[in-house]
Amino acid sequence: MGLFDRFVKGLAKTRDKIARSFRSVLPFGKKIDDAVIDQLEETMLMDDMGPGTTTRLIAEVRTAYKSGEISETQEIIPFLKRRIVSYWPESDRKLIMAPSGPTVILVVGINGSGKTTSVAKLCHYLHQQGKQVILGACDTFRAAAVAQLTEWSNRLGVQIVKHQQGADPGAVAYDACDAAVARNADYLILDTAGRLHTQEHLMRELNKIQRVVEKKIPGAPHEVLLVLDATIGQNAVNQAKMFGQHVKVTGLFLAKLDGSAKGGIVIGIHDQIQVPVKFVGLGETPADIEPFDPESFVEALFSEAA
Amino acid sequence: MFEALTERFGDVFRRIRGRGRITEENVAEALREVRTALLEADVHVSVVKQFTDEVMKKALGAEVIKTLHPDQVLIKIVHDELVQLMGPVDPRIPYVTPGPTVILMAGLQGSGKTTTCGKLAKLIMSRGKRPLMVAADLKRPAAIDQLEVIGGQVGVPVYAERGEQNPVKVCRNGVLHARKTDRDVVILDTAGRLAIDDELMNEIHQVEQATQPHQVFLVIDAMTGQDAVNTAKRFNERLELDGLILTKFDSDTRGGAALSAKMITGKPIKFIGTGEKLEALEEFHADRMAGRILGMGDVVTLVEKAQQQFDAKEAEKLQKKMASGMTLDDFMAQMNKMKSMGSMKDIMKLIPGMSTQVDGLEVDDRELDRFEAIIQSMTPKERRNPEIIEASRRRRIAKGSGTDPKDVSGLIKSFTQVRDMMKVMSNMSMMDRLRSAAQFAKMAAGGIMPRLKGGSTMSQKRRETRKEKRQRRKKHRR
Repeated sequence: MGLFDRFVKGLAKTRDKIARSFRSVLPFGKKIDDAVIDQLEETMLMDDMGPGTTTRLIAEVRTAYKSGEISETQEIIPFLKRRIVSYWPESDRKLIMAPSGPTVILVVGINGSGKTTSVAKLCHYLHQQGKQVILGACDTFRAAAVAQLTEWSNRLGVQIVKHQQGADPGAVAYDACDAAVARNADYLILDTAGRLHTQEHLMRELNKIQRVVEKKIPGAPHEVLLVLDATIGQNAVNQAKMFGQHVKVTGLFLAKLDGSAKGGIVIGIHDQIQVPVKFVGLGETPADIEPFDPESFVEALFSEAA
Repeated sequence: MFEALTERFGDVFRRIRGRGRITEENVAEALREVRTALLEADVHVSVVKQFTDEVMKKALGAEVIKTLHPDQVLIKIVHDELVQLMGPVDPRIPYVTPGPTVILMAGLQGSGKTTTCGKLAKLIMSRGKRPLMVAADLKRPAAIDQLEVIGGQVGVPVYAERGEQNPVKVCRNGVLHARKTDRDVVILDTAGRLAIDDELMNEIHQVEQATQPHQVFLVIDAMTGQDAVNTAKRFNERLELDGLILTKFDSDTRGGAALSAKMITGKPIKFIGTGEKLEALEEFHADRMAGRILGMGDVVTLVEKAQQQFDAKEAEKLQKKMASGMTLDDFMAQMNKMKSMGSMKDIMKLIPGMSTQVDGLEVDDRELDRFEAIIQSMTPKERRNPEIIEASRRRRIAKGSGTDPKDVSGLIKSFTQVRDMMKVMSNMSMMDRLRSAAQFAKMAAGGIMPRLKGGSTMSQKRRETRKEKRQRRKKHRR
């Protein structure tokens, strides 16, 4: 299955919903009027784009209508598609690589966002490319989190560095860095405990992990991925902001996009935070991961139901 | 959680208040702000619409415009409407006899089912029941381990069948096992599933058919966006839901999911999860929540929290002490009690009128540790009678506690304030007491604590003259 197909399949639900709602909102060959725009606004809100982003997009539609750029309802979707794709600049959505030695990827996020599964997916993705990956089990808080990651490492056939539950996550990171350097690994992926962004002390703990890694491997962590649950609402913006204050978040991993019938939150998030979405999770198996590509994303979002 | 919404409402009504006279347009404008606030809070579009329409109707019907305090009338309408939207509330769990009462937990991945199972088991146990948890999440790696660890932490047995692939069978056997081992409540922890995943939705339906649960709870992440409505609806279609449990309410989410999910399913919100610890499961109270939204504080929760920490006997003892004047030892004991109630910031948020002020305020819990160090560096005599502490004693105490003499006098000043207030309060009714406590907290938040933090001097009073000093000493020698 090609990349686009996989994306289309994973987003089938999203696209169904959006295509359907957009089609029903916008009857073919009608002049744009206030009722149509109201309807469009409501649909966008329902897709989790958020009031701010929606207001902006609607304003753009109005301006374009007044300037004569668009005049009929069926022109709205292609117009929005162009606008939304242009929101994502050419920022590098590839993983940042260390110039030499292991590339360290720190994975962070709130409880239940899907960090550990995303780590497994990332690991699978890199492992498939023939890279040597080591996992670091820095989630020493949640019951059986270490066991969960160990299970993944067995299934994927990669090495794991772990301590006991309740151990200092900084110490795990320390040992994991040592192991990654000693074993000449290409990638070190650190899984961390889920934490709410409002818990100041836990955010400081995260910062400590980052400092430990920085000290062990200069320039690391090269990549700090914030995992966001795609079903989440506007609070995702707060999360990204708060995590960004404590660690240098370099990218977003949008998990569970297969479940959200919307996916519009990506637009809201990217509209407000200048951090690129790097990967999306589209299912439950480790293979269900795709690099984020705004073109295919928006294309799939707005294309007719297959 | 709902703080941000509170702020928005505050803004809207403050603006109206400034205008004096209110017109129909003003009400509409206020409601537009309410609409945006609710949308930002992730309340579902259709629910928002219904809500604002209803409020508008009531506001015009109540002739808000002609009343003397239109903002208060409007707040009341919004408040009542919010309460109605989130209620009625029924936090009871009906148990059946003969047992066991079977509770099925369902929800999306990562909503917090397993943790909530543990919390619920703990709560049920504290009500004198003997729960059993069944590990029926066979999908996620190590989910069984997680439930077993949690079971160990709360002291509740866990039934698991390692290697078994069929959750229906595990659940059925779990219920049988409970009957055999004389457990009267069974909590079934199932795997997280998407509402659109037909296969897995069928599976949980089969679990329901096989075990005939008496209660089915849907666990929803309070941070969920507009999709909460779809999830709640679909689960409600497939299962006979009896209640909702909202989790992660200790974050700064505005919790619109709570409003929408209740509206869509018509099922009551039973509990909310408010922290990582296994005690952090609270009964849901619509009126309190609405009060919180509107910045009216949550005095009831505060009182309940305090009740958990102070038993009646102690309270009586305390009452006597308050009347006769407390010592620094009592003060320290009180501080320790407060610490076990939660962080200062959390407690202050519950006090009426405080929630919006707390946000900008960095309350440092370590301040209390410093207080403790200072008090512990005092002699018993000094603790009983801090008035005897003069410059030399102050220096010694500061040295002993690793603080500044200024901090020592700061502490003594706060202590004397509290002591004097306590004396007054011990003669008041409960309601008056709460009111003055709130007042005091406000004072403390705005004044004493931040000042202490900066380490600046507490005593802005002029120095005593020699004569005054002599008189004061004389008084205390007596």
